[in-house]
Amino acid sequence: MEQKLKTDFDKFISTSNFSNQEIKLKKEALDNFMKNGFPSRKLENWKFSDINQIIKKNIGELTFYNDYKIENEINDDIFIKEIEHNKIVIVNGKVQQLSFEYEESDKINITTLDILNQNLNQDNSLLSLNNSFSNKIHKILVKKNYSLKKPLIIYQITNEKVSNTNINFQLNFDLEESSSIKIINFSVDDSEKNFINNLFNFNLDKNAILKNYKIDKKNNTNIKYDYSNIIQKENSISETFIFSSGSDYVKNEVNCNLEGKYSSVFINGIHLLSKNKHHEIRTKTNHLYENTKSYQLIKSVIDDSSKSVYQGKIYVDSKAQKTDGYQLSKAILLNEQVEFNAKPELEIYADDVKCSHGSASGSLDEDSIFYLMSRGLDQKTAKELLINGFLLDVVEKITDEKIKKLIKNMIGLN
Amino acid sequence: MRDKQIENLKDYKYGFSTDIESFKAPKGLNEEVIRFISNIKKEPDWLLQWRLKAFERLKVLEEPDWQKPKYPKIDYQDLYYYSAPKSFKEKPKNLEDLDPKLLETYKKLGIPLQEQKRLNGIAVDAVFDSVSVATTFKDTLTEKGIIFCSISEAIEKHPDLVKKYLGSVIPITDHFFATLNSAVFTDGSFVYIPPNVKCPMELSTYFRINASDTGQFERTLIIADKGSYVSYLEGCTAPMRDENQLHAANVELIALDDAEIKYSTVQNWYPGDKDGKGGIYNFVTKRGLCKGKNSKISWTQVETGSAITWKYPSCILKGDNSIGEFYSIAITNNHQKADTGTKMIHLGKNTKSKIISKGISAGKSDMTYRGLVDISKNASNSTNYTQCDSLLMGNKCGAHTVPYIKNKNSNSNIAHEATTSKISEDQLHYCQQRGLNQEEAVGLIVNGFCKEVLQQLPMEFAVEAQKLVGISLEGSVG
Repeated sequence: MEQKLKTDFDKFISTSNFSNQEIKLKKEALDNFMKNGFPSRKLENWKFSDINQIIKKNIGELTFYNDYKIENEINDDIFIKEIEHNKIVIVNGKVQQLSFEYEESDKINITTLDILNQNLNQDNSLLSLNNSFSNKIHKILVKKNYSLKKPLIIYQITNEKVSNTNINFQLNFDLEESSSIKIINFSVDDSEKNFINNLFNFNLDKNAILKNYKIDKKNNTNIKYDYSNIIQKENSISETFIFSSGSDYVKNEVNCNLEGKYSSVFINGIHLLSKNKHHEIRTKTNHLYENTKSYQLIKSVIDDSSKSVYQGKIYVDSKAQKTDGYQLSKAILLNEQVEFNAKPELEIYADDVKCSHGSASGSLDEDSIFYLMSRGLDQKTAKELLINGFLLDVVEKITDEKIKKLIKNMIGLN
Repeated sequence: MRDKQIENLKDYKYGFSTDIESFKAPKGLNEEVIRFISNIKKEPDWLLQWRLKAFERLKVLEEPDWQKPKYPKIDYQDLYYYSAPKSFKEKPKNLEDLDPKLLETYKKLGIPLQEQKRLNGIAVDAVFDSVSVATTFKDTLTEKGIIFCSISEAIEKHPDLVKKYLGSVIPITDHFFATLNSAVFTDGSFVYIPPNVKCPMELSTYFRINASDTGQFERTLIIADKGSYVSYLEGCTAPMRDENQLHAANVELIALDDAEIKYSTVQNWYPGDKDGKGGIYNFVTKRGLCKGKNSKISWTQVETGSAITWKYPSCILKGDNSIGEFYSIAITNNHQKADTGTKMIHLGKNTKSKIISKGISAGKSDMTYRGLVDISKNASNSTNYTQCDSLLMGNKCGAHTVPYIKNKNSNSNIAHEATTSKISEDQLHYCQQRGLNQEEAVGLIVNGFCKEVLQQLPMEFAVEAQKLVGISLEGSVG
């Protein structure tokens, strides 16, 4: 793999126009990745999902070179018609369209970063990989006191032009004081057997609000790693919703630093899995200041021989008194071959806190099925109704009514 | 008056050391030392070979380092692996032959072997450094066919039983510390309860590390045959020393069809002084196998001592309908560190497990609950319930919860709950209003917090444990 990495990297650098400084940083990132390789089960965070093995088994040899010169046509059919929205269209890791047509142009500033995200966790080799192979990185800055009028939908498209390829993509958001944005991240995969490595950075200043909804619905054989890094200042709120269902393998990681008082983070997720899919959600909420709050609700419905993993960690610094942290994960196992693994973790260094977590897994409640059947429903409908209700609980947590309705329609929960 | 009492209590009251000449094996870990231990204990050849096999394995094993509490590297070549009071070269036949100084030591510890015999009706097997000193109450037990003796004696007199079960739950190829124990274990207790016998009294061992630079590596093996019942108690103390001492014991429990084993530990090893100097490293492997149908193993532990506690008493629920239970109180104060919890491995059908863990950290200590619940494909209709609560006192300590939950069976249910909080001002205020001082109030509330676990202990132990909980937290409030 090393040789392949080197030649692909040289090819990538020679066909793009990065500054010397960028090339130097990219090279460092590549060295770091080569030193560590793909994470395996030996690392605690990857204990339940050995991505090294999964890539080897499902993809085999990966190509790291990705030609960002290719222009892709966008088929209008994929766009969501139900609501008016701003768009970012990304095809095979390249930003193809960026339009904030509904917004005041002087309130949003779009730039490309000229240096990489240096402050990222060096232990995570996938972030190094992302840094070394991602194209020019866009940064979207929402100015002070501005709330976007319409949601922003990020279409992440892959098409049949890529296969057995590693696609790296990064996007940064800066929300200035009292600004707000709603984002729907919608995956549309028409490709097979790629390894897609995404990194999103969110910087929330005082009173800023971020609502981020991630939808992965369409069946495909890609392997995905999605890392969201959220930094929050005083009074800011972030809400993340993850619907994880379509791809063969997905690991969603959300890392959130609560650095200002009264900041709060909500992370809710659904795993709806069948066949031999294997999805994981890992959350880490770091309470670094007084009076901060975090809330997580993750629900899984797993069928056939699929596998669902939830790892959640609440970290409370000794400074972060009056922290309120809550975590709940629940799973319904529908088949004998499935597997559910959970590791809800608390790491607490302050005494005046209220932290708790719960985890429950098991089969559908026989009594509830009986109750519904005694009222005239057939068994299949009764089961569907119960699963619907189980998952709807998470969808109902979405605070934006219009988007909630859209998402309900999209994923067929009513 | 009360202040003076507290002052006395604050100090580790078992911190004396007994001035008895001891007989040691040469320092260091090598084949010679293992042969030496085996030879001096007059062991059969199969056991020597077994030890050497473990030692071979040990050479390729690496010391684990995933635990939360880190400690300076232990130089295994700088330890004594065998230490016995000199007068023990010829083992005493009965209590009267014991070194009077030894008897006095046990009296200080609060286990007067002679009196206990009459009063409590608890049979005690005491382990002093590495050698089992005396086993009381032998006659009553022999009548019932119960074997309760040191493991050395068992190797000599009941080799078939030992050979059959030794290492069957903790194989010599297990992790580093367990394998180390297999290679160099010196003594420990052995219990065999014959079929359909209900052991008429609580069996008990008392461990004490006396000599400096010694590691204590005892091995306990308890076998409950079909339909039998036994309740076993274990208590530990050590003198105060500046250096850290290692305690790496192995405990194996085997429950056959319809048998029940209840194992209770009150661990009060020397925790080190207020600045974290000295203290015991308590790296113990405890594992129970519910081998037969309808068998039950229950662990109860009160962990207040040791500089570092690192252990996970586990149950392997192999027999159908078997039950595993784990009740734990772990208290850390000053610079103590604990990483403890349990593993419940469900293999048989209709197996049940329950975990209740209460952690209390104060001072600058650090406490971790780490546990595994693993329900395998074939363990249909199994259930697990886990509850782990932590209490923090002050913002210089840490409390962590790391549960691993694996469910591979769709007919099984796992429920897990954990909370972390501090003692509420309201509760304190309420107690103080009624005339308790702050420390008494904290003691009362903490005891209430631990009640679910304390209730599981046998009577005499429960009283002692309750006191211990109070003592361990003295000076941590205000």
